[in-house]
Amino acid sequence: MRTRVPPAGTLAFFAALLISARADAHLVTTGLGPVYDGIGHLLLTPEDLVPILALALYAGLRGARAGRLALFVLPLSWMLGGLLALGLGGAISAPVPALSFILIGLLVAIDVRLPDGAVATLAGSLGLIHGFLNGPALAGAGPGALGLLGIAAVAFVLVALASALVVSLKAPAARIAVRVAGSWIAAIGLLLLGWTLRTRGV
Amino acid sequence: MKATFARRHTSPEGLLALLVLALAMSPARAHVQAGEAAGFFSGFRHPVSGLDHVLAMVSVGLWGAQLGAPAVWLLPVVFPMVMAFGGFLGLAGVPLPGVEIAIALSAVLLGLAVAKEARPPLAVAAVLVGFFAIFHGHAHGTELPTGQSGLLYSIGFVVATGCLHLSGIAIGLVHRWPWGRVALRVAGTLVAIAGFGFLWRAIR
Repeated sequence: MRTRVPPAGTLAFFAALLISARADAHLVTTGLGPVYDGIGHLLLTPEDLVPILALALYAGLRGARAGRLALFVLPLSWMLGGLLALGLGGAISAPVPALSFILIGLLVAIDVRLPDGAVATLAGSLGLIHGFLNGPALAGAGPGALGLLGIAAVAFVLVALASALVVSLKAPAARIAVRVAGSWIAAIGLLLLGWTLRTRGV
Repeated sequence: MKATFARRHTSPEGLLALLVLALAMSPARAHVQAGEAAGFFSGFRHPVSGLDHVLAMVSVGLWGAQLGAPAVWLLPVVFPMVMAFGGFLGLAGVPLPGVEIAIALSAVLLGLAVAKEARPPLAVAAVLVGFFAIFHGHAHGTELPTGQSGLLYSIGFVVATGCLHLSGIAIGLVHRWPWGRVALRVAGTLVAIAGFGFLWRAIR
């Protein structure tokens, strides 16, 4: 017996699934809601992820108190920056990611002994500026303020894990390995800055 | 039951239609920008694609291992950072004369330093390594292909450079044994000879 052909509606449904349109949004869409979209965004965006890890390494090098300060200041300031961007709009034209890589990478590589308050200020500035940069992607069809919550949660976890790991390092060789990682981050930032200047035709 | 369902809801025509639709689909680029994956891998491949670069960077690690602490970690820290500065100059379009000659000279001098197990003051070693790193970085910066992700390219580039240094340091650990010291000096001599070959090619 001959089976019937799938109805046109079924074919149309599959067509809609299979012929995917290009979505050139910046934020990743996980399909699990705006909080997870924010989490996915941070984990898949090295421009934001690497400076957070670098700051966590630096705070860890400075000790437990600096690490605790960065742990709370960075996510809160990131949320504040993002909320400001959502409310005010606008964008920053400076090559922020490259400058963040260079500045924090150098601090880690040279192991500059800043006081704890300065580490907190650094964390606050980093969070405010990068959070503000996330604003345009969060607004409109983006996940909005709930996405910021996901970003801040991941930043909290990353800073907690990375800074606690560095604080626990006692062997000089292990601390040197952290400083080598900082030099790599600074080097990446320098190349990224050159790339940005070339792209902009400066 | 499944077989019954399949018989009832599929047909050669339907499967063919689905196949045609599947082949017609276009990629969904929700987050990853075009060329990002290629950016990382081409950045990673770049430092290891030229023998002159590879020999010079491995020699930095070998020399650091011979010199011991703190040179063993200071030189591999200096080289990527200064090389990145050279790459920045290349990307920014700042001209640097004699790049290929300087790269060849770096292989010669670093090879000789390993071969002779030279022990200059730490600052002199760092300046020597840093000086040549600028030329290596500049060459890479000017050769950066267009249409790549700048960040992922840079990450791949720096990670590959660091891995070359770590390889040199790992090989240089044989320095603790007498036969290892001899082997390192032989390796340094071979690098210097290759450097002379690169130099000949550069000035010809």
